[in-house]
Amino acid sequence: MAADKLESTQTVDPGQTMIINLGPQHPSTHGVLRVRLELDGERVVHAEPVVGYLHTGFEKTAENLTYQQCNTITDRLDYLAPMTNNLAYVLAVEKLLGVEVPKRAQYIRVLFAELTRVASHLVWLGTHVMDLGAMSLFFYTMREREVILDLIEDAAGVRMNPSYFRIGGLAYDLPAGFHEKVHEFVKDFPRWMKSYRHLFEGNPLINERLEGIATITQEQALAWSVTGPNLRATGLPIDLRKDEPYSSYEDFDFDVPVRTGADAYARFWVRVDEIYEAMKIIEQAIDKITPTGPYTSSDRKISLPPRDEIYGNMEALIHQFKLVTQGFVVPAGEVYQAVEGPRGEMGFYIVSDGGTKPYRWRARTPSFYNLQTMPLMCKDGLVADVITAIGSIDIMLGDVDK
Amino acid sequence: MNQNDPDIMARLHDQFADKIEDVNAVDQPTLMVALDDLIPVLTFLKTQENYAMCLDVLAVDYLPSRPRFELVYHLYQPWKRARIRVKTRVAIDQSVPTVTTLWPGANWPEREAFDLFGIVFSGHPDLKRIYLPEDWDGHPLRKDYPLTGTRID
Repeated sequence: MAADKLESTQTVDPGQTMIINLGPQHPSTHGVLRVRLELDGERVVHAEPVVGYLHTGFEKTAENLTYQQCNTITDRLDYLAPMTNNLAYVLAVEKLLGVEVPKRAQYIRVLFAELTRVASHLVWLGTHVMDLGAMSLFFYTMREREVILDLIEDAAGVRMNPSYFRIGGLAYDLPAGFHEKVHEFVKDFPRWMKSYRHLFEGNPLINERLEGIATITQEQALAWSVTGPNLRATGLPIDLRKDEPYSSYEDFDFDVPVRTGADAYARFWVRVDEIYEAMKIIEQAIDKITPTGPYTSSDRKISLPPRDEIYGNMEALIHQFKLVTQGFVVPAGEVYQAVEGPRGEMGFYIVSDGGTKPYRWRARTPSFYNLQTMPLMCKDGLVADVITAIGSIDIMLGDVDK
Repeated sequence: MNQNDPDIMARLHDQFADKIEDVNAVDQPTLMVALDDLIPVLTFLKTQENYAMCLDVLAVDYLPSRPRFELVYHLYQPWKRARIRVKTRVAIDQSVPTVTTLWPGANWPEREAFDLFGIVFSGHPDLKRIYLPEDWDGHPLRKDYPLTGTRID
């Protein structure tokens, strides 16, 4: 059929729209997101995200686990940045308990929170640029992310879902030789980052697909509860690490990258700049962490006693038994604690009835709120820009569906 | 304790007198209002006090007590970096006025509370289940919903 004939059939009925499903199984949806697209030719009339394909009922499950056990569930929310979720959760419970965490453990928490931020942004960078058509960067970023996962494995024992932070401190102390590995990583990373930049910086193919695409203005971002890099790309320097420092972030010197473009391009560069700032914090943190020292609180009613004490000390054995079989009691009350995750404000709201299990366990996951802006970003855009929009707000479906 | 907007409770008391009730919390200013006063208080916070972000809307089920549910709104003032928590009690047969007219971002969290708790938000633009299938029976986050068991159709 001739092209001009096709065009003429399209102009016959301009009001006629077509419904197309993007996903749930589609590589560019970064998981199992379904977008119900209403199209007028190539133009998007309405894009409605349909979520729930990864819903696992974490909040219900958590209500039936002890406080320390719930920690393992937080890993599985945003599985690209598990340490951030751990951090938000343990800080929330610690606030209710009023427990003091040693400075060294706080610095180690900062170190791992920033390492996961870099790892998460590397996955975002690779997949986002791949969505835009540049395949090769993905292989490099995934390779370098593996170095960070190796560091996590060294400390926590597993690559993903580490549950390394525990209420009261950390699960274990850092292994021998860990400082050297981090120093090596810090030394190598700028070189890797430079090689990535050669692939995307100033690349007209990538810039054309980002500039002016999928705009969320500042008013829209605030009204739709958008947080994190997506909000900072609209010119508001809101970063919880600066505004409400937790886990001794006030001891670190770093900047908050802000852009004013409010489009996919601005969000892209906010995240790239954040990788450098996170590296700055990692460098300072590893210098602040002493090779030996306390890694968990000395409160035996909350933290497990050291292994060697259990075999020789009756009291330690009792504490170990009580903590493992029953858990500890958290005073009745409610608390909300948020941290600055790679995707935005990751918060936990916990209601305690004075028992050993949370009465209500609520995760305020950033991607869930950020994804709501899909219809705004995609309206009147092209189908190809829907892919840009999904990548540019950096959603994580484990986070959306919980 | 977030004290970035220290006088907010005093200003709220000036405006609403005894309609609001202070609640002790370790993290941020918290208040309890009756369901009828919810929208006036939230509107005041949004328009007069510039609490431009509604970070979260969530429900808690206190099963034996009546009214059964508690709704919690977490608000944020982005210029002062201040937080406030507004709570209200909702009975099982009551519907709650939506806040999507004030903060469109409350759309999905309200749908979530409808899906998992069965709380109906009147005036919501698109109130339907968000996580579970349309034909699902029951609301899983209610305390009387079983944790395990086979589904019988």
